[in-house]
Amino acid sequence: MAKKLIEISHVNKTYRDKTRGDTVALDDVSLDIFENEFVCVVGPSGCGKTTLLNIIAGLERFDSGSVSMNGAPVVGPGPDRGVIFQQYALFPWMTVKKNIEYGMKYKKVRRPAGEIDPKTNAPREKTEYTKLTKEEKRALSEKYIKMVNLQGFENAYPKQLSGGMKQRVAIARGYAVAPDVLLMDEPFGALDAQTRAQLQEDLLVTWQEEKKTCFFITHDVEEAVLLATKIVIMSARPGKVMEIVDVNLPYPRNQATKLLPEFVEMKNRIWNTVYQMYLEVRK
Amino acid sequence: MADLEKNRPQAEEPAPPKVKARKLKDFSDGTRATRITLNVVSVVCAVILWLVLSSSSSLNTFLASPAQVWEALQEEIASNGRYFKDLSISLQRVMIGFGTGFICAIPVAFLMGWYPKVRNLLEPWIQFLRTIPPLAMIPLVILAAGLTEKAKYIIIFIASFLVVVVTVYQGIRQVDLTLVKAAYTFGARDMNLFLDVMVPEAFPYILVGARLAVASSLTTLIAAEMTGTIYGLGARIQLAQQYMNTSVVLLGIITIGVIGYILDKILLLLEARLTRWK
Repeated sequence: MAKKLIEISHVNKTYRDKTRGDTVALDDVSLDIFENEFVCVVGPSGCGKTTLLNIIAGLERFDSGSVSMNGAPVVGPGPDRGVIFQQYALFPWMTVKKNIEYGMKYKKVRRPAGEIDPKTNAPREKTEYTKLTKEEKRALSEKYIKMVNLQGFENAYPKQLSGGMKQRVAIARGYAVAPDVLLMDEPFGALDAQTRAQLQEDLLVTWQEEKKTCFFITHDVEEAVLLATKIVIMSARPGKVMEIVDVNLPYPRNQATKLLPEFVEMKNRIWNTVYQMYLEVRK
Repeated sequence: MADLEKNRPQAEEPAPPKVKARKLKDFSDGTRATRITLNVVSVVCAVILWLVLSSSSSLNTFLASPAQVWEALQEEIASNGRYFKDLSISLQRVMIGFGTGFICAIPVAFLMGWYPKVRNLLEPWIQFLRTIPPLAMIPLVILAAGLTEKAKYIIIFIASFLVVVVTVYQGIRQVDLTLVKAAYTFGARDMNLFLDVMVPEAFPYILVGARLAVASSLTTLIAAEMTGTIYGLGARIQLAQQYMNTSVVLLGIITIGVIGYILDKILLLLEARLTRWK
């Protein structure tokens, strides 16, 4: 059995608002995320998907329950959890390279005793945690720029890039930090259909290579079935986990996977569930 | 029924309204060549207009001609006259008043943007003071500091300080919260956040604030120089007016315009250089 990476148990969260009344965003949500899983969360808008992601990221507090990562409670954001936002969140005053290197700025890596310290050129006396050197950051940014096929754009500013390219920079930045899990909040939601398909395929290739644990929010059921090993269906108002579906479609997956009968069947079933809930909420 | 319908005389179907091909308004700025040509034409027209107006008998009693102003400038240069002393003293006043105002305003704006308590404490002051024209403070400042250089610095300081605080503070309030979140997820602490996100985000507003403050400083400077001083461009204009020296009056006015224009261009250039990412 794979290692349990994130444990969410009985989490409740209510947004209090005196004028509009309280909104229960999460109602007794429990979910485990294991290493090497690709978890997709689908559900109608307002079901608390983003709230859940923010809570795991440590960007939002919750009222009761517990969230732990690698056995330790989540008390705030940290580089063990990378976040990729729908709106890219690239720093407009930094070039592509600088953006990616910024992600690693505060990260500390373990340097075991005996390893050569490049500063003193002598072996380390004890195990230490130190920041990455300039050279290490440069090498990593180069590696991940290559991974997302953005060679030649290292010194471009975000405004010079298309939406798809911006999101590729954000993905490269997320990977370069080497978090234990990548939290993605509708990362392809703002992209056109072709770019979206391309990035889905790229993400599949990368996941099949690195098996990086991903927590991926989307409202696109087809996208969820294509990418996920496990799909979490949430209902809206209050946000609850309705159903957890294991996706056992074979790898390697690509856009052609969408034509498999199992794929279509699963997509339709989940889509209907989500649509029914959407109609319930509309009532 | 159907028969009635059939027997009704057929009205002729009117032709649909004609649709003409139309050209939509062009919102671009035109080509570089036409832009420059029009700018040059504009300047030439201004000089011609000035020539015409100053040669009319009803206006030339107070409006010197371009030739007269040019002559006045030549004279000042030849005699190493007061003009340059006035110019440098005025520039010094602007630089000191604006410089100190600008430097003091930035930390205040950042503190207001960062700490809600500071914001709520200072905001009423700033909002109230900014509605008072700095010129209204001149008498008070003169009572406090006398007819000294210090009084001029203080007035220009107030003028530029308020403008920069308001502009930069608004810039900080508009910081993109997604970027703040992103920086947090990379492990940034609050102080890192300040330097990594807030300062670069506010930077364009700092430059805008500087431009507005320069304009405001010049206005205030001239007004301040018109009371109780004998040096400076403002004083010179006023003095020349008393002697009916119309060419020096105009020379002073044009000089002020040129200073404002040059300072603004420098800041614009700086903006283009430093915020290339925008």
